[in-house]
Amino acid sequence: MTAVTAGASESTTTASVRGATGTGTTFTRWLGAATLVALGALAVLGLVVSPADVVQGESVRILYIHVGTVWVAYVAFIVTALSSAAYLWKRTTSLTWDRIAGASAEIGVVFMAVTLFAGALWGRLSWGAFWVWDARVTTTAFLFITYIGYLAVRDLGGSHRQRARRSAVVALLAVLEIPLVHFSVKLWRSVHQDASVGDRTSDVTLDGLMLFTLMLALGAFTLLYAWWLLHRQRVLAMRDALDDKGLDRALAERRTEGVQS
Amino acid sequence: MSTWRTALLIAMKDLRVEARSRIVLVQVLPFAGLVMVLFAFALDSDTVLERVSPGLIWMATVFSLLIVVQRSFGVETADGALDALRVAGVRASGIFVGKAIALAAQLLALEVLLTVLAVVLYRAELDADGLVLFVTTVLVATCGLAFVGTLYGGLAAGAKGRETLLPLLLFPVVAPVLIGATRATEAALGASGAATSEGWPWVALLVVFAALFGAGGTLAFGSLIEE
Repeated sequence: MTAVTAGASESTTTASVRGATGTGTTFTRWLGAATLVALGALAVLGLVVSPADVVQGESVRILYIHVGTVWVAYVAFIVTALSSAAYLWKRTTSLTWDRIAGASAEIGVVFMAVTLFAGALWGRLSWGAFWVWDARVTTTAFLFITYIGYLAVRDLGGSHRQRARRSAVVALLAVLEIPLVHFSVKLWRSVHQDASVGDRTSDVTLDGLMLFTLMLALGAFTLLYAWWLLHRQRVLAMRDALDDKGLDRALAERRTEGVQS
Repeated sequence: MSTWRTALLIAMKDLRVEARSRIVLVQVLPFAGLVMVLFAFALDSDTVLERVSPGLIWMATVFSLLIVVQRSFGVETADGALDALRVAGVRASGIFVGKAIALAAQLLALEVLLTVLAVVLYRAELDADGLVLFVTTVLVATCGLAFVGTLYGGLAAGAKGRETLLPLLLFPVVAPVLIGATRATEAALGASGAATSEGWPWVALLVVFAALFGAGGTLAFGSLIEE
């Protein structure tokens, strides 16, 4: 890189840094506001307004968190898989897909940690134990660990392209692995109750307000996911840009050293 | 050169390296034996050991798999051998299959030793029916483990912190093998009162696992080791 282009890239750096002192835009600010309102409403509805369950009592309120977060975690991991496939497919390959995959997996891991924690608390109240070796619970734990591994692979180092290709393959291998783990653990044992809502053969009916609260939980956590994803993806883009700049600068410095000696 | 021929050459090379260095023979096999003895210390009861011996055989195998995989790719990255292979235009799928074959051969030797130890130390018993099931289980499970080990070993090869990363990646993936192989071995040994016929569905699971990761690895290995 010559001195002129180095100077030019210098000015664009300051411009883009000035333009992005944060990662917020008008859209994400509105999205953030909507998320906070939805979460506030969920807290009021879930904790105060909605009734306690006939069988489970007050502990049913944990489920709004448990179901809402696990829903988002699954959405997040699906987004990771799809973005990884989009990166590997030659016609759509772009580091943006890679960063969306990474950001989504990070958020998914956070939500799944909440799911497991809330589930353990609920299990203690309903099943009498924090943990049971049931198929779905065990698979969820494996899913959680698998994506922690995925995030570790993203931190292995190397160029951005290298990171992107490697982590995309690992994300797609996880898609291969998870159904297998689930199937084998299910063969091993199962006591988890099947999903109650949406199962037409079951006679479990949900109180209207409880159903509404549950749907609100799904919506609120999905908004939170979208809000975080946009921000996190931009943070990752800035981090990559910073890495590139650091490399360019180091190269330029070595070159000037070469000229001087 | 065809993929198979490449694979065979790579496998022969890996086994020749092992024959000359004898790392698996003098370090990994004793380690696996030691794990079996430590299990006996930890569980300290003949009846418990008899009941859980199938699981212990496969736990010891999975632990040893980790070491053998590290070793297998340590050889490749030490002098940039893997890069040299790639630069020489050797097909990645050939490297994958070849290293998996060599890994499977070493694991088989290991499993024979572990089985003998289980019979001696834990009083496991095999009859003729069980033997057929057991041998099939061992062969199929070993293929699956070798494929998965090679796949993730190649991924972690050359990266910093690979010693700690590999178990994190590998253990969740091998869970189906651990479950399937343990149940099938239980049926073969008649441990926990399982009938021999109960073991075959588990073998089917192991076949699916080996096929999926064999195919996945053959396709994806190039992307993983490319620099």
